[in-house]
Amino acid sequence: MSSFSFSLEEFSRVFDALGELYALSGPKRFPGKGRFSGTDLVKYAPLVSFDELELDEKSSMSPKSLVFPPDETTFYFNGDEFTEAPLEDERETVVFLRPCDINGFRRLDAIFLENGGTKDPYYLRRREKLHFFMIECATSFENCFCVSMGSNVAGEYAVALRFGQDSVLVQVKDERFAGLFASGAPSEFTPEFVRENARTVEVPDVDEMPPELFLHPLWDEYDARCIACGRCNTSCVTCTCFSTRDIFYADSRRSGERRRVWDGCHLDGFTDMAGGHSFRKKKGERMRFKTFHKIYDFKKRFGYNMCVGCGRCDDVCPEYISFAECINKVAAALKGGDAK
Amino acid sequence: MKENPYRPFPAKITGIKAETDCEFTLTVAASVAMTPGQFFQVSLPKIGEAPISISGFGPDWIQFTVRAVGRLTNALQELRTGENLFIRGPYGTGFPLDTFRGSNLAIVAGGSGTAPVRPLIRGALDGSLPVRSLRVIAGFKSKESLLFANEFDEWRTKGEVLVTIDKPQEGWDGPTGLVTEHIRAMKLDDPADVQFVVVGPPVMMKFAVAEVLLLGVPEDNIWVSFERLMSCGLGKCGHCKIDSAYICLDGPVFRFSRAAGLID
Repeated sequence: MSSFSFSLEEFSRVFDALGELYALSGPKRFPGKGRFSGTDLVKYAPLVSFDELELDEKSSMSPKSLVFPPDETTFYFNGDEFTEAPLEDERETVVFLRPCDINGFRRLDAIFLENGGTKDPYYLRRREKLHFFMIECATSFENCFCVSMGSNVAGEYAVALRFGQDSVLVQVKDERFAGLFASGAPSEFTPEFVRENARTVEVPDVDEMPPELFLHPLWDEYDARCIACGRCNTSCVTCTCFSTRDIFYADSRRSGERRRVWDGCHLDGFTDMAGGHSFRKKKGERMRFKTFHKIYDFKKRFGYNMCVGCGRCDDVCPEYISFAECINKVAAALKGGDAK
Repeated sequence: MKENPYRPFPAKITGIKAETDCEFTLTVAASVAMTPGQFFQVSLPKIGEAPISISGFGPDWIQFTVRAVGRLTNALQELRTGENLFIRGPYGTGFPLDTFRGSNLAIVAGGSGTAPVRPLIRGALDGSLPVRSLRVIAGFKSKESLLFANEFDEWRTKGEVLVTIDKPQEGWDGPTGLVTEHIRAMKLDDPADVQFVVVGPPVMMKFAVAEVLLLGVPEDNIWVSFERLMSCGLGKCGHCKIDSAYICLDGPVFRFSRAAGLID
């Protein structure tokens, strides 16, 4: 492990050299594309130059789309013949991301590579090509509660970076990147982690959730407030649910595709079965289902909580629902306190 | 990809039998080992994929009993003998045959719930699942909605079989009423010495299990099977999760003592 220091110009040249060898992805600003008039959108996108890397604002979408795209073709059909969809970009990918998201990938791995003992090959072929370049968080953003979730610290990275006003400090952990950064001045840099957030949550710690909590009136509020848009699901770095959709091409019904597309537990139709049965019709029940998955039942299965406290669900909810506050309500209800 | 668990294999349809006006049983050629209660992901390219439980199987064939109520199942109804079904599986945890072997087996099934329990009954008939006694209560909406009606007499050679329809109907002189009434009327010599299977629509299972418990059957001796929307069968897509259980992995068959704690 070695550390280096670069001026912004020097780092920009290293960034270009990195781009010659790897596909680069990171948070990028899209002016005027935000949810409100006159605001920008920040999301993960391919990066061409260092100045495209957005460091001042949290991305509203997570980097999970690099391994789990919103819409992915799994098979092409020619008549009854199934052909596996090839991976279109065979390059190794460097992704610039923050500690919470690195911990998010650990959770994606649990579902896609561990659950049920099956490795999902579509996930794996993208995941194997991914290298984490960790952006150090000097301070936390609005709605972050990573410290409460214990995901403010990450160790699984190839390179860690501190972006200063006029310098970039780099710690290289993965030797494959050592050559690229060798031109920098030697440094003692080791990344630091955010140790407190403005937002704190009390994470319930129970082996079995009491049945009363499933029917608790605290969920009723969300019946009216949640509009089942699923933004909390799509922005979440750990939401993994998908549906399978077959399509055929309009000009040749012999040919088509099988795709998997993001789905979410807040969305209508998520549990609909042919014949008319469905579960969790009320929005509050969906909020309860998601909340328990993120802070209770995933942990029963894997030993750690699913939610990493990135706070994106709170950032993007059009109804101003706070997931962090919901976790606190569950904790309060468990203590027998007033959970309204 | 060396191994792609999402790739189905073609299984040729060797037989189609109409059960009701919208339900039918497909027999396909496939040599796969499986356990009653398990399911396959069944698909047609360009139409879609859905989980369908096994309603019968042998060394080189599998049966699926399907109700045409959705995009895929409607398309399945159009298939003819000789065409291919695309399947992958079997998936899930089936019925505990070791526990059922040599037991007093009681089965309560409602409507399409008779499909997944039929292999248990067939096993008791052909000796592959030897039981001390067999009792079956099968409930259907009407005489037009009976499944496997031509097999009831054969089932009766092995045990007590009661087929009931919800309401009296002209041309029906058999039992009527919901399965719950008929469970209530059951006489069990030793309720602790019965393995009880209950499969059907969610509401039916809820009330049927309540009746079975009133008979004094221990929670650990009651077995239920859940039906949920699924997109993978592999514990990835998330649709079938209840609490920490994945129906596709940990079920669809659950001991009731476990199932009772699963709140959707």
